Amino acid sequence: MIIQGPHETCFHLSPPARADATFRVTMVPGDGVGPELMTAVKEVFKAGDVPVEFEEFHLSEVQNMASEEKLDQVLTSMKTNKVAMKGKIHTPMEFKGELASYEMRLRRKLDLFANVVHVNSLPGYSTRHNNLDLVIIREQTEGEYSSLEHESVTGVIECLKIITREKSRRIAKFAFDYATKKGRNKVTAVHKANIMKLADGLFLQSCAEIAQLYPKIQYENIIIDNCCMQLVQNPYQFDVLVMPNLYGNIIDNLAAGLVGGAGVVPGESYSAEYAVFETGARHPFAQAVGRNIANPTAMLLSASNMLRHLNLEYHSNMVSDAVKRVIKQGKVRTRDLGGYSTTSDFVRAVVENLRHRPAN
Amino acid sequence: MVNSAYMKSISQIIYIENGLYKQCMQTVTLIPGDGIGPEISSAVMKIFEAAKAPIRWEERNVTAIKGPGGRWMIPPDAKESMDRSKIGLKGPLKTPIAAGHPSMNLLLRKTFDLYANVRPCVSIEGYKTPYTDVNLVTIRENTEGEYSGIEHVIVDGVVQSIKLITEDASRRIAEYAFEYARNNQRTSVTAVHKANIMRMSDGLFLRKCREVAENYKDIKFTEMYLDTVCLNMVQDPTQFDVLVMPNLYGDILSDLCAGLIGGLGVTPSGNIGANGVAIFESVHGTAPDIAGLDMANPTALLLSAVMMLRHMGLHDYGNKIQTACFDTIRDKKVLTKDLGGNSKCSEFTAEICRRIQDMA
Repeated sequence: MIIQGPHETCFHLSPPARADATFRVTMVPGDGVGPELMTAVKEVFKAGDVPVEFEEFHLSEVQNMASEEKLDQVLTSMKTNKVAMKGKIHTPMEFKGELASYEMRLRRKLDLFANVVHVNSLPGYSTRHNNLDLVIIREQTEGEYSSLEHESVTGVIECLKIITREKSRRIAKFAFDYATKKGRNKVTAVHKANIMKLADGLFLQSCAEIAQLYPKIQYENIIIDNCCMQLVQNPYQFDVLVMPNLYGNIIDNLAAGLVGGAGVVPGESYSAEYAVFETGARHPFAQAVGRNIANPTAMLLSASNMLRHLNLEYHSNMVSDAVKRVIKQGKVRTRDLGGYSTTSDFVRAVVENLRHRPAN
Repeated sequence: MVNSAYMKSISQIIYIENGLYKQCMQTVTLIPGDGIGPEISSAVMKIFEAAKAPIRWEERNVTAIKGPGGRWMIPPDAKESMDRSKIGLKGPLKTPIAAGHPSMNLLLRKTFDLYANVRPCVSIEGYKTPYTDVNLVTIRENTEGEYSGIEHVIVDGVVQSIKLITEDASRRIAEYAFEYARNNQRTSVTAVHKANIMRMSDGLFLRKCREVAENYKDIKFTEMYLDTVCLNMVQDPTQFDVLVMPNLYGDILSDLCAGLIGGLGVTPSGNIGANGVAIFESVHGTAPDIAGLDMANPTALLLSAVMMLRHMGLHDYGNKIQTACFDTIRDKKVLTKDLGGNSKCSEFTAEICRRIQDMA
């Protein structure tokens, strides 16, 4: 929290915040440590005078806050604001009637088809693989998560995995467009077409078709199990990866583990009109609730990406630089990075670094 | 893979050396495979000869042929040999992508009902990877799940792939996992699933695992989501012991674990079937680019053969051969190209044979 001294605290040597209207962003804290992480984001934004106003909704399937009206309210808000920040809405294992969880339904209703996870090594925190820079693009509306299951005979359950040409093409185009925009050189499609010949074969074919429209970008494909093995042996051979739903879940988490865990990787979900910013590896982390040990890095970096998306370039850099500086200095580290600090310590350190930016 | 306790638990066959009547020869069906298969198979046969193991090899080919009724099947002489000997050792087989006949591996699985794929992953001393002290076993259900091969084109551009989970298969694999844990002095079994998304299918798998766990109170049973396992596996693989899971997750995770210890070139694997049939195999590809050039690394097939010897109760031979192999790798003087040296396959084999003869 900012403490005003007797004299003016002139920490704004750089241009002050714009006088334009503030941006409204929907915020869904979710379950587990979601609320704590969102509090961290709000604190940092307040300290940095970021012109963003949050509209909060507490939607949850496990905390008795589930209701259709709440879901509709969240959807309306998201459709108005077009940008949202989200924590993980935990899916309980027992289901009452509907097989699709709230998360899946949100994704489908807003058609958030692309999930982008940025896997970047943090400077100052070394893991077994350093200087990683991957982007993982995952189709997240169809595939194995179609929630179409039935018991055909007692004791035999069928679960359908749906792959369509249209959605495969869409995600492939998104991947190549993203690669072009960010100046990336290679897109690798991940699949299991040697076993699931029709389904993943269709996905692969769609990717190959779209690849021909982008001659400047190198296109490769790799089988999922080989991809996992290569990621732990030599992850530097990959640049942008694109894949269907389930493989995306696996590779997201694998890659997050390579650079430091679920607490340091930001991610976002895009549809044609909306953008939702969240962590890369989505876990509610229920064991940490109330213990003040969660690492807010992922959420803060994602918030910074959101600010960039809103064209608030200055504030975006301010937040991300502060976070990276704290990690690089290494004095304040949460438990998952091997330190002993609490979430609030970390947030305080980030706020400190926001104020004392080196003039450049 | 030194299961010294396994040695003690199997006490049926006691081999007494020097002068007493040698155990009668046991037949093993050898399937050399394609690509580098024949080279590494002959390497293994040479090493077994040097160790004077009581194994008689029966070589068979398993290229798919069309049987009566138009169904693809393996040649009848191969089937008859396996049914008789019950133990098989297989080299790599080609799996064509989108060819006319199903993959040979799948065919073998269906013919002999090989329901469990066991892959012990232990860090090899002398072959350094960023991950040390890995010691886990992945047990994968091998007959159903996502690899049922049931796919349909619903309309042009929409493909549906069916994942099948049955009570019987889930119970069978869970029982095998716990039996294996008990016989090999393992402390815990972890079920890997995605029951939060595929609530009915993976839910059934999980329920069966829980039921079977009730009968094995001496083994600790935990359950973990697939993405959490991936996340934790690349950060700290020592926390895992025995992992049991359905087909697709098993495929991915077993390759991931193979990557942790050094790749498919050094990973053994065994397939256990109903009726006491067991086929041990090397899981790497056929490597057509180095076939016939005497550059292949026979370690994977050799370690699988060692696993086979242990399964048959011939622990002495198994340990002898394994020690010779590990000592050769640790010495680093004669290594094949993929292990970082530049010796030929035949030189590597000769070195191991020499060590075995020195030990006798």
